[in-house]
Amino acid sequence: MSNPEYKKYCCVTCDLIYDEEIGFPEEGIPAGTLFEDIPDDWTCPECSASKSDFFLTN
Amino acid sequence: MTSKATQLYADAHPVAQSDEKDSAWIKSKRYWYWISVILPAAPLISSYFAIETGYGILLWFTVALMYAILPFIDRIVGLDSSNPSDELVDKLKDDRYYVYIMYLATAMHWVSLVGMAYVVSHFEWSWISILGGALSAGIVNGVALVAGHEMGHKVNDKAQVTCAKLILACSGYGHFFIEHNKGHHRHVATPEDPASSKMGETIYKFVKREIPGAFKRAWELEAERLHRMGKSEWSLSNEIIQPALVTVTAYTLMTAYFGPIMIPFLAIAAAFGWWQLTCANYVEHYGLLRQKDDKGRYERCQPHHSWNSNHKASNLILLHLQRHSDHHAHPTRPYQVLRDFEDVPVLPSGYPWMFFISMIPPVWFSVMNPKVIEWAEGDMNKVNLDADVRDEMFKRYHNPKVAA
Repeated sequence: MSNPEYKKYCCVTCDLIYDEEIGFPEEGIPAGTLFEDIPDDWTCPECSASKSDFFLTN
Repeated sequence: MTSKATQLYADAHPVAQSDEKDSAWIKSKRYWYWISVILPAAPLISSYFAIETGYGILLWFTVALMYAILPFIDRIVGLDSSNPSDELVDKLKDDRYYVYIMYLATAMHWVSLVGMAYVVSHFEWSWISILGGALSAGIVNGVALVAGHEMGHKVNDKAQVTCAKLILACSGYGHFFIEHNKGHHRHVATPEDPASSKMGETIYKFVKREIPGAFKRAWELEAERLHRMGKSEWSLSNEIIQPALVTVTAYTLMTAYFGPIMIPFLAIAAAFGWWQLTCANYVEHYGLLRQKDDKGRYERCQPHHSWNSNHKASNLILLHLQRHSDHHAHPTRPYQVLRDFEDVPVLPSGYPWMFFISMIPPVWFSVMNPKVIEWAEGDMNKVNLDADVRDEMFKRYHNPKVAA
């Protein structure tokens, strides 16, 4: 069962979803990594927008 | 925690932040941005003088403004040395004043288009003068696309997105903000992107894949979004259909009230507006290519994957679109705080002049191909190349620098 505390964030430009439960293992970001724990200079793997361009989504 | 995927802009730096003098210029720009509201009136102002003097040739004024006067002003005024400091960025980025200018510009673009429609239909003009009026309206439609681009990136601001749809509807190009955000920003500087030009590709060849490719991509992206929501793409929720309805309604009304002259006038004005965007897409990433990693994935878009121009005058008119590297790093960053980067590919002139020479392929190639070669350090494998001239280009230019 998924942890209800995990959240999802959406890239405002390209709609890519970052799901904290899944992470981005291929990016070196393990499953379970909270969005706030991702380095500030991390960028969207799809469109290269900055981390600050992601917003909390359902 | 460190991430191996955080290399993007880590090595690139904005040009030194503003000192006191630059800061004063950044603050005075606040008023200079009113040019976005005034510029759409240029065809109307020249029409007034054309009517008063009887010289229909004055309807061409905005075309001359774009391709002759603005490049001259760019050359005289020179570069914009100022970059907003982090503190100033924080202060300016949420200032709604700059958004209200965009709203006013939206209204002015419609006034300009309808005004020009009135001018060409209610006075006696030669066909050459009407052509000038239509092309002038087309230049302004191109400027409208820049404002639509600016507002179309603010996806979480409904009012800005609505205004983006309205201003893009001036030239019937409402699908642009979908295709640009979700398409171009993902595939930029790759051969798969219909909005990134390839070295050796003339603009006349580029446009044949850019315009249909952009529309196809926009439609597919919008259909996918609507299907995810359980809706049909053939509904009023479709954000391509919404602005298209505005265009169809407005164009029908203008044709009904102003007569059949509207058919060629609106067609030329819209097409020439699209052409301005084609020129921008052609210039912004010409020949630049993102490399693939071991897994066959493209590297992230980096500052050196965009051509930049820091010319003061054209940047004011084009909402700093020419600070293009920063735009791709921060697509939602508002125009008043876009920054210039160090060590990025730089165009020799502002967009107006680059647009002009892009229409003369031998001149364009002679200016830009050497710059692309220099950027790729002579390695043609690093260049986004037109497949039809690949062998010729390799034979002519491939001479990779070998590390000592």
